[in-house]
Amino acid sequence: MGLEAALPVDSFVTTQLQRVINWARKSSLWPMPFATACCGIELMATACSRYDVARFGSEAVRFSPRQSDLMIVAGRVSTKMMPVLQRIYLQMNEPKWVISMGACASTGGVFDTYAVVQGVDQFIPVDVYIPGCPPRPEQLIEGIMAIQRIVESENIPPRFQGGKRVGLGLAVQPNYNPRPQPIGVSVGS
Amino acid sequence: MGTTASVKLDHPMFAVLKSAMPGKRFRGTEYRGTSTVVVEPGDLHEVLAFLKNDARAGFNFLSDIGGIDYLGYPAKMPGRFAVVYNLVALERDDRFFVKVYLDPSIPTEGIAEDPALYLESCCDLWAGAEWMEREVFDMFGIRFRNHPDLRRILTWEEYPGHPLRKDYPLRGRGERELYRVLDRTDA
Repeated sequence: MGLEAALPVDSFVTTQLQRVINWARKSSLWPMPFATACCGIELMATACSRYDVARFGSEAVRFSPRQSDLMIVAGRVSTKMMPVLQRIYLQMNEPKWVISMGACASTGGVFDTYAVVQGVDQFIPVDVYIPGCPPRPEQLIEGIMAIQRIVESENIPPRFQGGKRVGLGLAVQPNYNPRPQPIGVSVGS
Repeated sequence: MGTTASVKLDHPMFAVLKSAMPGKRFRGTEYRGTSTVVVEPGDLHEVLAFLKNDARAGFNFLSDIGGIDYLGYPAKMPGRFAVVYNLVALERDDRFFVKVYLDPSIPTEGIAEDPALYLESCCDLWAGAEWMEREVFDMFGIRFRNHPDLRRILTWEEYPGHPLRKDYPLRGRGERELYRVLDRTDA
């Protein structure tokens, strides 16, 4: 990191314990992939080398809910799957966060039928919603970064005012300037 | 059956079936090269066994079993429900369809057992029929006699409907909302 070189040899840093804990948590969010549909493919792409979610400390994908602290619900959840999702959510250790990835997990998407749950947030708490069908890996990374900002700001869940959800105001504003395609891959020096 | 001049009942199985079982009532239809024989529900198992075991037929592979609900169908059909058996003779690369029409005797909104919606299971002929018949039972409520394990296969055991029946609402009857709600204080 170069931090050691910037500081004098015999110096020290003072901070608050809670900040160090939050920094450690947000830098090692281990996701539990609840991937049931095509969003799972984008989730896999996010973990692969081009998008490389390891840059954000979330590359340790755990298939055991006991070892993970971020659940990514990627894809439609059928009515038969919902009890499984709830059971896995309950098995995760505190503290835990949930990303609802894509239109289907958030609202049921185009599948307005008897067999598909119309949004997992009806039955489990969701911290961050990612729109898209499916979302691009950049959007998923933005969602993970939003979770990191929630962790950093003392785990404040989205607040409610007068029955309405109030956003945290943490999301990065989109940039509408088109970039050259394909986006060049940067290699760290 | 909407027989028109363009229908060519030229599949050799029609003649074979007619000569092998002269007493039975068969109706035939053809659409774009696929031939279907419509049999009476009581004759189903005998016809399927013949099509599998006879040397002239030799349909050794059951490709699929499908159910159809003709409620609200624009044309007049011989029955409310149909079950279609998709048979393949692998040696000849030949495909043949067997169709049965059924009419319910009680209202079809519920899941009550209807003695009229019963067919003979063909699991003894093709072992692969087991799950296909379970699917037809699950989706249409058509039951199969002598099936080794006739349970629902896609929905769960207590599911209060047969969802592919046309009188079952598309969005269900509230099954997708019947879950406990977990909040952040739950374990």
